[in-house]
Amino acid sequence: MAIEATGITKHFGDFKALDDVAVHVPDGSLTALLGPSGSGKSTLLRVIAGLEEPDAGHVRFGDRDVTSVSAQDRGVGFVFQHYAAFKHMTVRDNVAFGLKIRKQPKDKIKARVEELLKLVHLTGWADRYPAQLSGGQRQRMALARALAVEPQVLLLDEPFGALDTRVREELRDWLRRLHDEVHVTTIFVTHDQQEAMEVAEQIVVVNEGRIEQAGAPAEVYEKPATPFVMEFVGPVTKLGERTVRPHDLQIVQEAQPGALEAMVERVVHLGFEVRAELLPTDGPALSVQLTRAEAEQLELREGEVVWVRAAYGPWAPEFRSSTKVA
Amino acid sequence: MRALRLTALLYLGALLVAPVGLIFYRTFERGVGAAWHSVTTPEAQHAFWLTLVLVVIAVPLNTVFGVATALLLERREFRGKSLLNSVIDLPFAISPVVVGLALILVYGRTGWFGDWFAEHGIRIIFSAPGMALATIFVCLPFVVREVQPVLREVGTEQEEAARTLGASPAQTFWRITLPAIRWGVGYGVVLSTARALGEFGAVAVVSGRISGVTETATLRVQERFEAFDPVGAYSASVVLALMGVAVLLFMNLLERRRKRPRAQTTTEGLA
Amino acid sequence: MTSASLRARPAIAVRVPLAGGIAVLYLSVIVLLPLAAVSAKAFEGGFDAFWEQVTQPQAVAALKLTLGISLVVTLINVVMGTLIAWVLVRDEFPGKSFVNMLIDLPFALPTIVAGLTLLALYGSRSPVGIDVAYTRVGVAMALLFVTLPFVVRAVQPTLQEADREMEEAAASLGAGPWTTFRKVVLPNLRPAIVAGGSLAFARALGEFGSVVLISGNLPYKTEVASVFIFGQIENDNVQGAAAVSVVLLLASVILLAGAGRFARR
Repeated sequence: MAIEATGITKHFGDFKALDDVAVHVPDGSLTALLGPSGSGKSTLLRVIAGLEEPDAGHVRFGDRDVTSVSAQDRGVGFVFQHYAAFKHMTVRDNVAFGLKIRKQPKDKIKARVEELLKLVHLTGWADRYPAQLSGGQRQRMALARALAVEPQVLLLDEPFGALDTRVREELRDWLRRLHDEVHVTTIFVTHDQQEAMEVAEQIVVVNEGRIEQAGAPAEVYEKPATPFVMEFVGPVTKLGERTVRPHDLQIVQEAQPGALEAMVERVVHLGFEVRAELLPTDGPALSVQLTRAEAEQLELREGEVVWVRAAYGPWAPEFRSSTKVA
Repeated sequence: MRALRLTALLYLGALLVAPVGLIFYRTFERGVGAAWHSVTTPEAQHAFWLTLVLVVIAVPLNTVFGVATALLLERREFRGKSLLNSVIDLPFAISPVVVGLALILVYGRTGWFGDWFAEHGIRIIFSAPGMALATIFVCLPFVVREVQPVLREVGTEQEEAARTLGASPAQTFWRITLPAIRWGVGYGVVLSTARALGEFGAVAVVSGRISGVTETATLRVQERFEAFDPVGAYSASVVLALMGVAVLLFMNLLERRRKRPRAQTTTEGLA
Repeated sequence: MTSASLRARPAIAVRVPLAGGIAVLYLSVIVLLPLAAVSAKAFEGGFDAFWEQVTQPQAVAALKLTLGISLVVTLINVVMGTLIAWVLVRDEFPGKSFVNMLIDLPFALPTIVAGLTLLALYGSRSPVGIDVAYTRVGVAMALLFVTLPFVVRAVQPTLQEADREMEEAAASLGAGPWTTFRKVVLPNLRPAIVAGGSLAFARALGEFGSVVLISGNLPYKTEVASVFIFGQIENDNVQGAAAVSVVLLLASVILLAGAGRFARR
């Protein structure tokens, strides 16, 4: 079920949360809405879900216009950042909720619930209450609950935001594998660019109520359409007037055309990577990311004077079209 | 701290505990038999029965009103919302005697609707319906004010989740919202009941205080006192006090279940 | 605004037009209508008639007495209420939770019973030899009883959530406990105290049941406004009753608005 949102505008009082936004989500894909807090990404997701009504615009599921259809009838599965678990019901009853509402026969419900609990690895926990589960378990339950009614579309609103780093990484991985198995058109909202890069097939970058860019992770990273996208999706540093990626810079020992003279202020060892903080004689401070091998080869010392240039990426003089992955 | 503690305890003892304790003592001073007899006369029994009837009418009505209005105030935006909010608190601000007066002026013989009711043979004032209206008035805000903060705290996410899972508004309310607010509702019901049981001023004005007909338990206490029947007054008081203690215990029980700091709304009622 | 007639439905059972209408209707019939009737009656003969009733010597005496005693009682319970709240929050002793429960007694006990119990202990047959029946002190005691919980329950949660570190900082800078209380704790409690005090004051102004027995209702001496109004009703001076009621109403409503501003933030 492909999703098409066109011309979506939404105000909250005077505040414009979404400004003529258009998004296309291919059938069966896994798309991330990526952006900072307050960018409108959650609002967009909720509009697609039917939890918010847009002031203008249309939402289509396949060839069905669902703009005026309530959340109840849209057939979306929705997962909330803080789980929205039904606290007074057991895990089993939570997962079964949608099926009970649809008055499915009892044995069918039982079978489906067990199937889902197995899918999310919560089989032994069926009769516990959400309060007895960890955050990660609660979110898995929420997912099972959303999937129980076989939604055409799965929407997740910062699903891992409330979890510890470790759990977050595990669930990220797990969501990806789940999607491979279940193949429901999925959209998730996140402010974590790494999460988006790792999980999604398509990233839609949202900022101040507008779409900045939509594309595959590699494309968004290497060919950012706007400065905002470049700064948000990956690390940046300044080379004179230009914004570049720290790993696209190269340090050389002698002057070269296009290179800037700079003094090494600090060399930071970050395991495999090394970050060199340089202060050019002319221009703002910048940082260069090198591998350990490269740093050793250069024998960088603090206080040393070196030259730095853009060797890779769109600014490199020898690479007009950026095909090299740093 | 010791001095403070002592002062506090002495104050509470002298003001609350000693007087109430004395009543229990005085009631049974002349033996349990005399006390028992006082509360089982036909008039006394009628008085307690009437009190209970009023509670059974006023509390459920105000509970339904309370839950609906709390939902309205916490889940909706509309013009005049803050006005509605303020009006709900009015029963807290009004002297019960004024409540009684107000009801007479509307439903009494010479009141606004007096003729209409007289023509249809319905008696409001000096009769149970008027007392019911008075009781409803004074208990009105309790459930609303207890449910509102709970609704606010619970938030809308569970309700939204239910909606995305296909639940209708009604299903969402019965299966998700109501269970989430049940302790707030319970607490509000307990407070309303206490208020209804203890109502005096408004029903005193509205009832005509006809013993055996329009006398509630609280009115009976005064009536027995003025009839120089201290045992009668004290024993009726003891029954009411025991009901009050039961209320206190319920309040305490529900308090702990609610798990939130008490007295977010300190606007408890006037009697 | 969208043009679709089938709008995305809200998440809850109540639809504004219908439920809002019923709630407003219920509220109007039960509360607003009667209050309108009182106001109408009070001014039935025009402002002059209203003024005449309100400035009657007995009425004035009742109002003055009520205001005076209520103010004194509120001030006493502001102090005692804060003290009790402090003890309940900061102190530990066996039976503390029982004492905490006790604070709600005035809410749970019918006012007439409260008045009767006070009369029994501090009236003409007092076992401790204190007789304040038919005196203003008696009236004050009744009002102290019924208004006690307001300030306590207003201050308790604020005290419970208070940041102890501020007090600890003050101590480390050399402030004694009383100074710390005055300069650090009290300013933060002020909104809660004012809110609780306003509610207590409003309650005291209108109190009837607990006062009616112990005061003896002596005009000019112990007759409070609510008892005066009651008397006027019994004597068929309904307009006089309505006029004085309006004065009381106004005072209470103003107080409640003030309290609400603090309590609801």
